[in-house]
Amino acid sequence: MSRKANSPSARALDWPGELHRALRTHRVGQVSYVPDAGHKRLIELCHGDGEMAVVPLTTEEEGIGLAAGAWLGGKRAALLMQSSGVGNCVNAFTLACNCGFPLLMLVTMRGEWGEFNPWQVPMGQATPEILRLSGLRSLRLERAEDAYATAAAAAKLAFEGYASVALLISQRLIGTKAFGEKP
Amino acid sequence: MTPLHRRKVVRTLLARREGLLVVAGLGSPAWDCTDAGDHPLTFPLWGAMGLASMIGLGLALAQPKRRVLVVTGDGEMLMGLGSLATIGAQRPENLAIVVLDNERYGETGMQRTHTGYGVDLASAAKACGFAEARVVRRNAELEPMRSGVHRARGPLFFQVKVGAEVLPLALPPRDGSVLRHRFRETLLGKNVAGQ
Repeated sequence: MSRKANSPSARALDWPGELHRALRTHRVGQVSYVPDAGHKRLIELCHGDGEMAVVPLTTEEEGIGLAAGAWLGGKRAALLMQSSGVGNCVNAFTLACNCGFPLLMLVTMRGEWGEFNPWQVPMGQATPEILRLSGLRSLRLERAEDAYATAAAAAKLAFEGYASVALLISQRLIGTKAFGEKP
Repeated sequence: MTPLHRRKVVRTLLARREGLLVVAGLGSPAWDCTDAGDHPLTFPLWGAMGLASMIGLGLALAQPKRRVLVVTGDGEMLMGLGSLATIGAQRPENLAIVVLDNERYGETGMQRTHTGYGVDLASAAKACGFAEARVVRRNAELEPMRSGVHRARGPLFFQVKVGAEVLPLALPPRDGSVLRHRFRETLLGKNVAGQ
């Protein structure tokens, strides 16, 4: 890698790489996900990371159970999903919040910035309020250069503050998908 | 054939724990595990229906040298049927799931579950890649099942057909923070659990 590519400014633009780096710094040992195009690179990085057990899910709420089991066993977990998956998790949040399990979710937003699919809009718009009503703390990631600091803050709040935390990754940052485009 | 008694099944399973880590699904399976003796390394659920097996998976991946047993009901397992596929993709060798199948939703008025309409959970688990998955109907099968939970290469799935009966409640602690903390403190020690 050239010196330029490895410089802090170049690294900051690779926000999925920065999210991965924050997960590593905070010793996340299990990563589960329902895929989203916005999470494509982070999922690949986690699969390539020998220190992370990576668990593809059939539905997002499975990841809340997995994270609870991981913590009972002394490991830290993170859960990746898109905003439509937040609705699938609502009753499962009671497990994390009621028992004081740390929960770290990285949520790629749909339905908020130039969305082309109307079916994504209601859930995307409702996501922040649903999380708040369910007892989760939300942090926003709007700019690539903030990726590491925001993810690290979310991880610290979850694992040291014993909180249920969602990092909401803005659709503007991910880039808006259109019909027929490859993710 | 006389149906198996669910509390006898669980007492047999938990008689000699040998360090077994247990997750108990909400409702009757949690009461059954408590009836067999409340234990800090049993995590009984009072909610989060459908997640018992996934908690077991997270625990099994985090503690590969320990054996993990999920004891749950047919209704709870049906709500998290996709987790059989998720577990099948991971194939943890130290995880066993025992479904106490009375073909009823026991806490809500004994309505028939899908297994009462003929749905075969053990075949679903087998199709998802469990190393062993079968239906258990006889007393003579209980001790071999217990032995398998401790020693056989998983993931294992036992669908135990039990009678539909209403039994006295045997309630575990209800405070989720207490359940979480006592489990971690016993498994990981005071220093780690407090961190």
